[in-house]
Amino acid sequence: MPQFVRLKEKSRPRVTITVDGATVEALEGDTLLTALLTNGRRVRESEFGDGARAGFCVIGACQDCWVWMDGGERTRACTTYIAEGMTIFTHNPEWPWTTPA
Amino acid sequence: MAMDDPRVVVVGAGPAGVRAAEALVKHGLRPLVIDEAPLSGGQIYRRPPPGFRRTTKELYGFEAAKAEAIHRTFDGLTDVIDYRPRTLAWNVQDRVLYTACDDVVTPVSFDALLLATGATDRVLPFPGWTLPGVYTLGGSQVALKHQGCAVGRRMVFLGSTPLLYLVAYQYARAGAEVAAVLDTAPFSAKVRAVPKLLSNTSMFVKGLYTMAALHRLGVAIEHGVRPVAVEGDDAVAGLRYRRRGEGEVRIDCDAVAFGFGLRPESQLADLADCDFRFDPVFHQWLPQCADDGRAGEGIYLAGDGARIGGADAAEVSGELAALSLIEDLGGGPGDKARSVELSRRLSSLVRFQAGLAGAFPWPADMARSLPDNAIVCRCERVTAGEVRQAVQRPLGGGCEINRAKAFSRIGMGRCQGRFCGLSSAEISAAAQDRDISSVGRLRGAGPVKPIKLATVLDE
Ligand SMILES: Cc1cc2nc3c(=O)[nH]c(=O)nc-3n(C[C@H](O)[C@H](O)[C@H](O)COP(=O)(O)OP(=O)(O)OC[C@H]3O[C@@H](n4cnc5c(N)ncnc54)[C@H](O)[C@@H]3O)c2cc1C
Ligand code: FES
Repeated sequence: MPQFVRLKEKSRPRVTITVDGATVEALEGDTLLTALLTNGRRVRESEFGDGARAGFCVIGACQDCWVWMDGGERTRACTTYIAEGMTIFTHNPEWPWTTPA
Repeated sequence: MAMDDPRVVVVGAGPAGVRAAEALVKHGLRPLVIDEAPLSGGQIYRRPPPGFRRTTKELYGFEAAKAEAIHRTFDGLTDVIDYRPRTLAWNVQDRVLYTACDDVVTPVSFDALLLATGATDRVLPFPGWTLPGVYTLGGSQVALKHQGCAVGRRMVFLGSTPLLYLVAYQYARAGAEVAAVLDTAPFSAKVRAVPKLLSNTSMFVKGLYTMAALHRLGVAIEHGVRPVAVEGDDAVAGLRYRRRGEGEVRIDCDAVAFGFGLRPESQLADLADCDFRFDPVFHQWLPQCADDGRAGEGIYLAGDGARIGGADAAEVSGELAALSLIEDLGGGPGDKARSVELSRRLSSLVRFQAGLAGAFPWPADMARSLPDNAIVCRCERVTAGEVRQAVQRPLGGGCEINRAKAFSRIGMGRCQGRFCGLSSAEISAAAQDRDISSVGRLRGAGPVKPIKLATVLDE
């Protein structure tokens, strides 16, 4: 069951992105946060071993929605718009395991 | 401060920044307007991404006309200002504003800086608030307004702020299932605030309309509740809360949106050396500025980033601060008659906000009763118990919030204390039986948001 539910603006063109190696369908104009959460209920793991996080403020203020781009660069899911073929990781690709504190 | 070609910078293109830029242009200036968002409009009048189809009426409801006016005004200015969207202002030092866009850092020296940075939700933690499915009220609204999505299938809205009813109503109207609206304030607080709220009849009526509409839509509204915990293993499955004078109740839901009003984005004002004082009415530390926006030499504050006043007050204070700036630059007396008129309107709007603060009080007791193992800082996973221990240590760097920061890392995470600053101060104060105004505040530090490792480009 996804976390976010599309109620409006549902007839936008489809866009495909890759998340942790899997193909994910989303709509043009979606943020990464929307793309992730209309397909699941998590964005990332907390570095402190207290479970999954799925963003909080949705406006770029809490920084609790970080994901990694293909090149290893970090980005905020809630303020990054998706583009066809975008590849992201929900954990640091150079450091694939989370570290309990 | 008379000069031929003064460099005037406005940070923020919300209602305050737009009206400020408009006034500056009217008086012959060409300000630089910086906003980290890709489109203008700020929070309330945030514009949808390209390709979205809803009308302004659907997006902004009662405020559609005002939203259109702000968008039209700003679109009419972009040729005569230096507009830099997608650009973060992340530090101020020695009259230089540091900005970042993509990988490029650009220092901008200024003669006058007008900060119209807006606000974010003010929160108090409760157990389970870091679980997937818990969002701020403002955040849940942005998901709907900006992405057409509800943040859950079955929603509970919780808190103490006019946004509580507004967002719940917007969700219900959009077809979301609203399981409950839980107001932490007792109904009597609202009744007591009525005389002050009547200072702005149209806002008052809109508020009543929203509550009545929720009622009509069959949404359960409860007053005087306290959240106990969000339940769920990997994500929200329900919320436990306490009714006044009764036991605990559990409600099934897969999302909780909560908030207790707003807090200003005042980090840049802090870095620009503005004075801060604890405001007992709004129950938080606010940067000090005169009613006309003057906050220090060459520094002006406007909108919700200075004092929570709402969108109408943001427009008024933006223009007013710009007129003060123009006068200080030596470009003539500004427009005295207009300033007087704006000041009058602003003080009436501020009176209304003080009424709202009474109707939607901050539930400080939630910090006192927060269990020791509850997370307070979601960035560094600091618990309430760790904050309490830090301030109760016998030796340390002063008995205040910065000591808690040094010993527990509270406020040192990547949100820079935006979401734990006030609650950790509240917890520290309660642990020492002191008033919150006496424990100090977390200082703003640059960069105000994380920036990429970047190339520095000199202008
Ligand atoms: C999520 C959210 C939703 C809201 N919804 C409503 C609503 O529906 N109704 C209502 O009456 N009020 C709402 N509010 C309250 C809102 O604060 C005011 O109504 C109004 O938007 C304030 O206008 P402003 O111009 O002061 O600030 P804003 O509209 O917040 O504009 C500030 C602008 O500054 C930019 N900015 C801030 N810091 C920086 C920086 N360091 N660098 C670059 N740019 C920066 C932001 O991107 C933003 O565009 C909401 C607030 C929030 C946080
Ligand atoms: S959800 Fe808060 S920064 Fe993205």
